Amino acid sequence: MSIFIDENTKVVVQGIGSQGTFHAQRNQAYGTEVVAGVHPKKGGTPWEELGVPVFTTVAEAVEATGANTSMVMVPAPFTKAAILEAHAAGIATIVTITEGVPVHDMTEAYDTVVRRGGARLIGPNCPGLISPGKSNVGIIPADITMPGKVGLVSRSGPLTYQIMHELAQAGIGISTCVGIGGDPVIGTQFLDVIKAFAEDPDTEAIAFVGEIGGSEEQLAGEGIRDHIPDTPVVGYIAGFEAPEGKQMGHAGAIVKEGGPGGESAAEKKEILEGYGIAVAMNPSEAAQLMIQRLA
Amino acid sequence: MDLVEFQGKQLFGRNGVPVPPAGSVCHTVDEIAAAAEQHLGEGHGAVVVKAQVKTGGRGKAGGVKLATSVEEARAHAESIVGLDIKGHVVRVVYVEPASDIEEEYYLSVMHDRVGKGHLIICSREGGVDIEEVNRTNPEAGVKRTLTPHETVDGLSSDTARKIVTQAGFPAEVVASAADLLVRLFAAYQAEDATLAEINPLIRRPDDAVIALDAKVSLDGNAAFRHDGYAEWDLEGLDADDPLEAEARAKGIQYVKLDGTVGVLGNGAGLVMATLDVVAQSGGRAANFLDVGGGASADAMAESLALVLKDPAVKSVFINIFGGITRGEEVAAGIIEATNRLDEFPQKLVVRLDGTNAEEGRQMLLSANLAQVVAAETMQEAAAPAVALADQS
Repeated sequence: MSIFIDENTKVVVQGIGSQGTFHAQRNQAYGTEVVAGVHPKKGGTPWEELGVPVFTTVAEAVEATGANTSMVMVPAPFTKAAILEAHAAGIATIVTITEGVPVHDMTEAYDTVVRRGGARLIGPNCPGLISPGKSNVGIIPADITMPGKVGLVSRSGPLTYQIMHELAQAGIGISTCVGIGGDPVIGTQFLDVIKAFAEDPDTEAIAFVGEIGGSEEQLAGEGIRDHIPDTPVVGYIAGFEAPEGKQMGHAGAIVKEGGPGGESAAEKKEILEGYGIAVAMNPSEAAQLMIQRLA
Repeated sequence: MDLVEFQGKQLFGRNGVPVPPAGSVCHTVDEIAAAAEQHLGEGHGAVVVKAQVKTGGRGKAGGVKLATSVEEARAHAESIVGLDIKGHVVRVVYVEPASDIEEEYYLSVMHDRVGKGHLIICSREGGVDIEEVNRTNPEAGVKRTLTPHETVDGLSSDTARKIVTQAGFPAEVVASAADLLVRLFAAYQAEDATLAEINPLIRRPDDAVIALDAKVSLDGNAAFRHDGYAEWDLEGLDADDPLEAEARAKGIQYVKLDGTVGVLGNGAGLVMATLDVVAQSGGRAANFLDVGGGASADAMAESLALVLKDPAVKSVFINIFGGITRGEEVAAGIIEATNRLDEFPQKLVVRLDGTNAEEGRQMLLSANLAQVVAAETMQEAAAPAVALADQS
């Protein structure tokens, strides 16, 4: 099995510019069922590169194709509206790749779509997710991994690829890899993914890759301790060397000066280790720890 | 993006949040003395000379002083201009007519990352470190997180009144403080702020309630709907590192650090991990630089040139795991940078993996650049990068 996306996933793409087309093609080539594109002015025309129709609205796409998942790749100023539209059209899983979305927009989108609407929103500012051998929604390079038993969840793209790659070289595959995104407000938290992995019979171990800023990793650690204490879990927190008060690329990756504490990599590591979770000092060590745990 | 006090007050003022009479923005001792003379001449009994830096604890550090004469203002100016407050050198000073203070309170609205809403903190005790108040007298304040759904039409007067009443504000000022809170919340929403803090919020002898200080942070991601926030760019204000300023102008994610190994990679997480690996190999990174997803050869070359501009950089660790970033673009960028730049002594340790990595490695091999040292893995690249930095 897998979580969030699988062979029944039918994707509508919101944002069919060059980036959206490029990645939708890659997803399709992997075997993901991409069923439609949405563009406010190009409805009724074919999406040549994908061989699927374009609709004016998500609602029309859902009606005509049975799409159940959306990939949002529209520019940041339009992302809130795109997410709300997908939700209103009944899309159950909304994967938002776009980066640079204002935090007030995402707070509102989260409130409507997740807290009040109960939908699955992943991202924004994320690489998407892949259930190897079944479906790939987003920009994760599929050829560096394979189906397997490890659930992987991360705030970061290339860092996740690094770990997937090292696991794959040791013959270890993935059930699902979820990139939850590097923004302060994201639709799906570490803990949500951990809980889903806990219920997935095919996920036998979990690797999670956090970073400085916020406290989502700690909440995930509590969840692991409370729900799946016997599952092998390995973690890594990027940014041991990050200074206080500096935003390290991701909007959410900042240890606030005079902040609430618990935001630095060292503090997170200590807290997680207190929950019995092995936390590596770098991504290679995380992969090695996982390899040892599964040996 | 953080504003300094006088900018925060400008932002408050245009959103109807009451602030003291407008003061003057000064850069030199003479300007400060002239501003003091002007405001004292307007009939104000005193002025406050206030350092404009983006850090807290200005008062304790001697960056905020009251003056009742021009001579006194000049003396304060001499001690404040150029003062180093927690690493922030004072280059801008705000001279403001002093307000009479009857009582001091605390009020803020900030984005709540954990609660995914808007957090209002209101306390009867102000003018002090609010974290300290939280510790010593947690009953003194009210904290309430409101969801976007609850504030779709802004903060209601009713809710605002309940908050200030619950915080124990005196009956005489409840109405005006509640009104101020409604306006503060509206300012926070309209301006895409992530923080709008007033400490202290004061009650004057005439029972007026005004913001004596202003601490505002704006969301850089919302710059597109606020004319790029260009109005807040002010020369001399908390001068950033010049390389950070250059990077920002070019749209490059760059943070200056204090080591000798220049670092360039793709993805914030991977670059942070690269800093970690450099440290674990006994070195220190000179910077954080994320070229982002799908970087072109030109962006790579531009980024590498920026890293090399830092005289502290003795070697460079280029760490790419390509997803949408393609190996041949990275290689082309490295080759382009070596062509474009004058000869540079630093070695570039290049680790290239992921999409089209093999093509990229071949290109670098064929180009036969004297500066490039190829490495197979992230771990294997760190050691030579650190060793090369140590040697030079």
